[in-house]
Amino acid sequence: MDINQIKIKVEGVNFYYGSKQALRDIALDIYKNKVTAIIGPSGCGKSTFIRLFNRMNDLIPGARFEGKILIDGNNIYDPKLDVVDLRRSVGMVFQKPNPFPKSIYENVAYGLSINGIRDKGYIADKVDKSLKDAALYSEVKNRLSDNALALSGGQQQRLCIARALAVEPEVLLMDEPASALDPTATLKIEELIHELKKKYTIIIVTHNMQQAARISDYTAFFMMGELIEYDITSKIFTKPSKKITEDYITGRFG
Amino acid sequence: MYFNYLHLREIVYKWIFNILAFASLLFLFGITIILFKEGLPLFKEVSAVKFIFGTSWYPTHEHPEYGILPLILASLLVTAGALFFCIPLGVGSALYIHELAGFKQRAFLKPLIEILAAIPSIVYGFFGMVVVAPFLQRVLNLPVGLTAFTGSLILGVMATPTVCSIAEDALSFVPKSFREASYAVGANRWQTLTKVVLPAAGSGISTGIILGMSRAVGETMTVLMVTGGAAVIPRSIFEPVRPMTSTIAAEMGEAVMGSIHYHALFAIGLILFLFTLVFNIIAEIISRRFRLKLGLGR
Amino acid sequence: MKKTLAKKELVQRLGFGFLSLCIMITVFFLGLLIYFIAVRGIKVISWEFLTQAPRRFMTQGGVAPAIVGTFYLTLGAISLALPLGLACAIYLCEYSPKSSIVNIIRISINNLAGIPSVVFGLFGFAVFVKFFGFGVSILSGALTLGIMVLPGIISASQEAFLAVPQSFREASFALGATQWQTIKNIVIPSALPGILTGVILSIGRVAGETAPILFTAATFYIRGYPDSIFSEVMALPYHIYALMTEGTHPQEQTQIAYGCALILLVLVLLVSGIAIFIRQRKRSGYGH
Repeated sequence: MDINQIKIKVEGVNFYYGSKQALRDIALDIYKNKVTAIIGPSGCGKSTFIRLFNRMNDLIPGARFEGKILIDGNNIYDPKLDVVDLRRSVGMVFQKPNPFPKSIYENVAYGLSINGIRDKGYIADKVDKSLKDAALYSEVKNRLSDNALALSGGQQQRLCIARALAVEPEVLLMDEPASALDPTATLKIEELIHELKKKYTIIIVTHNMQQAARISDYTAFFMMGELIEYDITSKIFTKPSKKITEDYITGRFG
Repeated sequence: MYFNYLHLREIVYKWIFNILAFASLLFLFGITIILFKEGLPLFKEVSAVKFIFGTSWYPTHEHPEYGILPLILASLLVTAGALFFCIPLGVGSALYIHELAGFKQRAFLKPLIEILAAIPSIVYGFFGMVVVAPFLQRVLNLPVGLTAFTGSLILGVMATPTVCSIAEDALSFVPKSFREASYAVGANRWQTLTKVVLPAAGSGISTGIILGMSRAVGETMTVLMVTGGAAVIPRSIFEPVRPMTSTIAAEMGEAVMGSIHYHALFAIGLILFLFTLVFNIIAEIISRRFRLKLGLGR
Repeated sequence: MKKTLAKKELVQRLGFGFLSLCIMITVFFLGLLIYFIAVRGIKVISWEFLTQAPRRFMTQGGVAPAIVGTFYLTLGAISLALPLGLACAIYLCEYSPKSSIVNIIRISINNLAGIPSVVFGLFGFAVFVKFFGFGVSILSGALTLGIMVLPGIISASQEAFLAVPQSFREASFALGATQWQTIKNIVIPSALPGILTGVILSIGRVAGETAPILFTAATFYIRGYPDSIFSEVMALPYHIYALMTEGTHPQEQTQIAYGCALILLVLVLLVSGIAIFIRQRKRSGYGH
């Protein structure tokens, strides 16, 4: 077994929506170039949790955060830190494919142009490369100027992945990326995730237990805002240490 | 370096938008302030009771009188008359578009209703003056064609699109399940429409009627041109009248700045403002309830 | 049993007949209005009518100064209302947190949209003509008209911004875009058709309004064309009113008024047509 390098450290995190506590005293380590799956029944706080890593929850009025999240040793909730900067190094793919109503090319180039990159040749190369990395290139190479909304759902989601990859993040967050897709498209995304972990640290939320078992190296089980169990995926799915985890993964509730 | 510039730009933009937003709100709320500022001085000279319940409006007479009861009654009469036309026309058209019109008919009728709403009031006024008034005068055998009735008719048509489009929205919000439940117990389309759909959309439709009413009360050029302009308490709907809006429009040009007449016209403006405000607030409350009842958001 | 069925059927027929009658009357009235104005207006419309100034106590010649005046007033009003209204909507929808204050502002703006146009005229007279001393002028009229359409532009833009899916904004933020970059690159382009529709309809409304310019801008006759923003102007809608109420030669002047009404009508049909076209295209655009 190789030596795992810690990429992200979560320490004593509490999170509130107004007076309602959504996450309770969470602490865990996320390892570099691994896929970490977050599972749990709906409303357990898994989406809230994943949105802490790029501070998307900042956009919600009345939300409050306590604790520390360190990426490479730097606290991302340090008041002096630039959120915009953070979001460039932590990419995100959403539950529903959400390409912009622009061309395929413009979608991928968007992240570069807002980062002040004007070199057209560089952008063109980067778009091609990102589309290849997202396993979409061969399907769209002849129609890069078509509207992205003309693509199928699965293609749209891979386009969103390409869009996130173009800004060269170190961490990739995926919030149930395959929940709106058919089985074939889901399989493609799963294969892609397997490829991507060579370069990126991936955190994925999923409600699909088989998916978590198939693609992840580590699994965290959340319930009612608490982290119940966190371990190597194979251990979680074969001999979990807590009864409640076993009940959940064997489908007794949720 | 680049990031500092970005930060600065964000802050500058936010401030620009903040200031512009504040400026436009200032303008809009300024209207209310000006109305009060220029209207209220009247009540130093004329008591509010005499102003509102006085029956003679002779602002330029040697012994001027500032009673606006005839003007208020004229506005109410013309508006009530307009409702008589725009409720059946507006609601009926909405029901037709919603229930009977096919896809093609709907694609034709809806833009048509929108165009009806977009025609300037001066064009309606002109049309009323040169076509409708002479026609009514001949057919109804009246001494004059420019009467409250002519005004009501044209205002009714003008308010129809407002009533129709809001009523149609309300109808489309009625859940399909209501309708299906009614068909399932053997009701035909008409029974379903009148006993289930219409009551369910009722408050939404009444919002439309109130807003149509608000439009009719505030309409100026049409009534100025077609209602004749006599500032007396109307005895019949077939007589010339002078509603509040047309009084302001006709007399503001002559009123001396700062005179009692000037302040009186602003006071009429204030009353008009309050009228429309009350209508709009009622409409807002009803539509909120309607949304709650059908379980719609926002 | 059979009898009640027949009665039910009869009532339904009568009811549907009544509904058809309602829509027919509405459409008939519109048709009548367009017919009369088109048929009588087309007779006076000529190249001369569109390009010449009035002659002989408004009984001959054209209405070019009124067309130009309406153009100036509309241009002025929209160039005031568009940036202000857009900025106000952007601030309310994008920058300010969703609080009850914003909701109150939204309701107030809706209320202001319902204020009678003649009341805007009073405001313009008191503030621009008298208080700021702009006099009866293009400037006063354009400012008054601009403020009149401001609530409409704000609410149309607000609607358009609210219709932009939140997921677009999230995706942009997640890529490291700043607030302004997101607004400029994603929100405004997505909301553009809606904003444009609102603006175009406002153009139609401004061009046709009469009451707000009665005592802030319009005059029956000026020699030549306005030479500064402080001059009085002729305007098409006011011209119709003046011809019909202050005219001394009703016979000839009614004909000229028909011509003016037709120009306004064509303008409105054009504007509504464009707005409807844009909306239809937007609908077939993205299905989010």
